[in-house]
Amino acid sequence: MILLFVSLFSFSVNSNAKSITLGWAAWDPANALQELTKEFTAETGIEVNFEFVPWPNFADRMLNELNNKGKTFDLLIGDSQWIGAGAVYGHYVKLNDFFDKEGISMSDFSPATVYAYSTWPKGSENYYALPAMGDALAWAYRKDWFDRPELRSEFKKKHGYDLGVPANWNQLHDMCSFFQGREIDGQKRYGAAINTERGSEGITMGVTAAMYAWGMEYENPNKPYDMEGYFNSPQAVEAVEFYRKLYEDCAPPGHSDAYMVANLDAYKSGQVAFQMNWYAFWPGVSKEDSGGRVSGFFANPKQNVAAATLGGQGISVVKYSDKQDLALEYIKWFARPDVQQKWWDLGGYSCHNDVLNSPSFPTSTVYAQGFLDSMGIVKDFWQEPTFVELMLPMQEAIHDYVVNGKGTAKGALDKIIEEWVEVFEADGKL
Amino acid sequence: MSVKKKFKGLSDKAVGWLFIGPTVLLLLAINIYPLVYAIKMSFTNFYANKIGREPQFVGLKNYIKVLNKEAIWEKMQVTASFMFWTLLLQAIIGLGLALLLNRKFKGNELLTTLIVLPMMLSPAVVGVFWTYLYNPQVGLFNYVVNFFYDLGSFDMIGSSTLAPWAIVIVDTWMWTPFTMLICLAGLRSVPNYLYEAAEVDRASKWQQFIYITLPSVLPFLLLALLFRGIENFKMFDMVVELTSGGPGSATELASINLKREAFEKWKTGYSSAFAVILFVTIFGFGNVYVKVMNKIKER
Repeated sequence: MILLFVSLFSFSVNSNAKSITLGWAAWDPANALQELTKEFTAETGIEVNFEFVPWPNFADRMLNELNNKGKTFDLLIGDSQWIGAGAVYGHYVKLNDFFDKEGISMSDFSPATVYAYSTWPKGSENYYALPAMGDALAWAYRKDWFDRPELRSEFKKKHGYDLGVPANWNQLHDMCSFFQGREIDGQKRYGAAINTERGSEGITMGVTAAMYAWGMEYENPNKPYDMEGYFNSPQAVEAVEFYRKLYEDCAPPGHSDAYMVANLDAYKSGQVAFQMNWYAFWPGVSKEDSGGRVSGFFANPKQNVAAATLGGQGISVVKYSDKQDLALEYIKWFARPDVQQKWWDLGGYSCHNDVLNSPSFPTSTVYAQGFLDSMGIVKDFWQEPTFVELMLPMQEAIHDYVVNGKGTAKGALDKIIEEWVEVFEADGKL
Repeated sequence: MSVKKKFKGLSDKAVGWLFIGPTVLLLLAINIYPLVYAIKMSFTNFYANKIGREPQFVGLKNYIKVLNKEAIWEKMQVTASFMFWTLLLQAIIGLGLALLLNRKFKGNELLTTLIVLPMMLSPAVVGVFWTYLYNPQVGLFNYVVNFFYDLGSFDMIGSSTLAPWAIVIVDTWMWTPFTMLICLAGLRSVPNYLYEAAEVDRASKWQQFIYITLPSVLPFLLLALLFRGIENFKMFDMVVELTSGGPGSATELASINLKREAFEKWKTGYSSAFAVILFVTIFGFGNVYVKVMNKIKER
């Protein structure tokens, strides 16, 4: 009995000595990474344990861990907006020296992703993460319905142009409302499953897809944190009003607190013609096309400008980890072009130029070209260390206006600025 | 000296302390210390996520800020309305069910068990499955309502008019059995001879209810409402799962707002002040309520 206990104990000590833990959100790409990592373990003998947290709790769980200087994670694939807090509060290891030593060059990665996922202050050459998972908000649609001659001719008769990938948000609205309440194959269908979630970041990610396309800027480019007239510009107001119209005219009933999974469910169950979601989900959606469903994908439509909401994450080494050397070894392995190619092949979105610039890349999947297009036009929410404090008032005010129908778009944006000024003042930025 | 002898020499008081000592220590560690620490923090500008930034003493600034913030009063109004309607409905329905189950009929025990089931469930689970029941397309709730009265498609948790009622309905469904059980205990403690004497005096059933049943069961009902009031003032999990405080902030109760300020925005000093205000409010109301309840009992 004692021998058994000793041998079990020594096994657990041995396994811990060469293992690291990686934290990420629980979603399709995480499974692909788990699969990919088997090769790392085979090459190095280092076991990688994974802790995947569902999206609604992801930020709470990870940020609490970092704020408490927790040692649970050695590696963290954290959201792009966390980079400010990761750097300023010292949660992430600065990787410049390591990159120099190992010959990892940030110029090998797509510039938009390096800017968004790795640098703090923004645009500097201080790197706190390796771009791990490129992502942006995009759209999937029921191509099989779009190809039906009777629907095509009816749409053309009504709107004077062809049913297809919308060239702008007005066309998107035309198409979504065309399907709203329409009976197809004996079932009632709806227009679009869009982001309306209240609790974390859902509705903000959705509405900014419209606001960016209308040309909204968060602040005066010449005077940081000066938001009046930029964030609540007439274009921004129009975009928010449009998003509400899209929700009222085209969302399925009960779609009032919906984000990634709810949008996927609405689409997969055949309720809607369009869904707004992250590229990360398109491999799964494409693979699961069956029973006549054919999915098409397109980048966020432009309105006044071409723009898309940035998603995606970089991989960082947690400062409080006792196994930073092993964690860095993982990053070194993950940065290799051959590993990046496998990452894309398995369903992850590589940010490495060798993968993205390969001549075969745009045709490698039906959504690859859209991904390339999107990554050239992405814009992100504030990446300030106080980003959660900035996110919460936006969630509340936008949800109140779009879903609840309370007040005006201008009033909602003014209220957000008011709260943001308070946050920046408390943070000493204003 | 042997252990046996040592304990033999202990006074009754010492043995008493020996028994309650661990509990007192635990209470001090997990209740009193955090409370004192929160009170201390409420006078500072502490942010728990801003590592290395020393908290500074700011006096009553956080309290003034909380009390002057319009949004806080909106949350308090939402909380007060939620409490009023849930307590009212739970008192009426709970007492009604208790009166029903106090009668002897076939299947009484089975019915009691079935009625009590909802309060055995986890509030978070209840919140999640009611989101499905409220679904305008496939939800059972909407189907049942439309079966009796055709309202067409309506979204209980997506409308600011209906969402506050959505949380009231779920809380009432879940916790009315609790009020019912306490009232039932009260009803079963009423001696039968009172009713027999009333019968002799030719009192009607209504008079028996007003002059015997209600006064006897009232202290029990008030006690149940005190427990439910305290719980509903702190209500968090069920509402978060059901509406996330939305749409907008239509169902954002004070406790949900407090959690967002404390553990999402990390405004530790400010949220400590808010927590202290909530604590004083519920403690104050609780004390007044207990005094009123005791007076009713004495009558």
